[in-house]
Amino acid sequence: MRNLQPVAGQAQPVLELAGVRVSLGGRPVLQGIDLSLRPGELVGVIGPNGAGKTTLLKIILGLLRPDQGKVRIGGHDAQASRSLVGYVPQSYTPDPDLPLTARDLVALGLDGARWGFSLGGRNRRAKVDEALNWVGASSYADQPVGRLSGGELQRLLVAHALISEPRVVLLDEPLANLDLRSQDEVVALVGRVAHERGVTVLLVTHDMNPILGVMDRILYLARGQAALGTVDEVVRQDVLGQLYGHHIDVVRVHGRILVVGGPDVEALTCTTCDA
Amino acid sequence: MHLLHVLFPSGLFTADFMVNAWIAGSAVAVLSASVGFFVVLRGASFAAHAIPRASFAGAAGAVLAGGDTLVGLAVFSGLSALGIASLSSRRHESQTTALVLTAALGLGALFLSLGNAYAPEVYALLFGQIVGISRPDVVGILLLLALALLATAILYRPLLYASVAPDVAEAKGVPRRRMDILFLLLVALAATAAVPVVGALLSFSLMVGPAAAGSYFGRGPAQSLGIGVVIGLLSVWLSLVFAYDTGMPVGFFVAAVTAVFYGLGRLWSRLSEGENAARVSP
Repeated sequence: MRNLQPVAGQAQPVLELAGVRVSLGGRPVLQGIDLSLRPGELVGVIGPNGAGKTTLLKIILGLLRPDQGKVRIGGHDAQASRSLVGYVPQSYTPDPDLPLTARDLVALGLDGARWGFSLGGRNRRAKVDEALNWVGASSYADQPVGRLSGGELQRLLVAHALISEPRVVLLDEPLANLDLRSQDEVVALVGRVAHERGVTVLLVTHDMNPILGVMDRILYLARGQAALGTVDEVVRQDVLGQLYGHHIDVVRVHGRILVVGGPDVEALTCTTCDA
Repeated sequence: MHLLHVLFPSGLFTADFMVNAWIAGSAVAVLSASVGFFVVLRGASFAAHAIPRASFAGAAGAVLAGGDTLVGLAVFSGLSALGIASLSSRRHESQTTALVLTAALGLGALFLSLGNAYAPEVYALLFGQIVGISRPDVVGILLLLALALLATAILYRPLLYASVAPDVAEAKGVPRRRMDILFLLLVALAATAAVPVVGALLSFSLMVGPAAAGSYFGRGPAQSLGIGVVIGLLSVWLSLVFAYDTGMPVGFFVAAVTAVFYGLGRLWSRLSEGENAARVSP
């Protein structure tokens, strides 16, 4: 596997969305989304339920076509560049008796979409071993995936996503249902994916606090619209207030950021306040 | 020596009908276990249960029209597979499957009442007639086996991917819907071959039992598939010997032996789970 260093400043954007508009069942889900992400950037995608986070991932994956606008990955149309995007799905919970080892799952990420049997080969095995090693999953390479802990499984899914050497990796709520220690491990790993390997990472989460330390920019989604920038540029009373369309309070406590507000003063991203 | 004579009397391997039974039974065992591997992976037992039963109506129709039973089975199992695939979304899958099953069984009842099939014929279709298989049936079953093995070999990786991790497979460009349909058609193929041999009611046990046991014993997918095939073959062979020795219906032995293997698999899985728990919590 290559270790691409992010090239500062002059690098071509890897992921570009221009004027993207998506409606599902006649209801607008995303509108006027413009994004341009550089190689090796780690972007947290934050927003309340129904803000269009999953829809955004689907159009980048090429599973959903926007009604309007363009999605380009590495200069190509998203539909034609699936091999450039790695994906870590939300809540993958394999059956404990599923006859699939950690190694098997990672290998499927390499060539699982091709017809026929895999003839194996030393090269393939070496690639799988290297991917497992890079995420620190070698010790459970031959365990059934259904018997792994949540943190072990997430690291494995990262290896699965990386093995095809994508330029963009999307992670959908990778921190959900993890204990704090596993959360920290996954966050550190995802940081290395972006900053060591130069892969552009979009990480969807409902709570920005665990990733404040590794996140380069934040993409805040609400009501189908997006604000992109650094945390200081975006997570502000005026910017979020405009995005949500009503008054928002941004509270900083002990290095944590809480976004509180709404007509009925509901906590919007404050699910781990008491942690 | 005496015991061996009792277990393996003369004629077990030489009588014409037994030669047919050994060949057809082995073919069906391999086919059922291979397709059954994907049934177990996908947790699609209900479809694997419904399609052979629905195909019973095709056999009844063939008896009524004086046509070939295998053709009737193929048409009805194929149609029911497509019916389940086209009507079902993830949420309503079991409802649609049940509706297709009952609609086909209703047709089967109609065909039987219109025709004048002998009770033994109906009985054979429901419970199998492994010792009454004709030479043309054997040829047909071998052709089905070849076709299904070829299809499984070609589909193996994307179908495996779509079965164990549907969301990521779809993101990697494996067409989820097409895989669902192709899988159900594979089940239809297996059902067409299995129903004349082990019957519409019992072919489920051959499709799910050995494959499920294989997935408990095996580690990776290839190993589980292989072990499932071996268990399927052992189940059929043991059943043939027992049935020949005792004169009791072979279907009974197939159901019983596969159930025993399944039970052993579960036990094995429980034991290895304990081992694994010890690994996780140091």
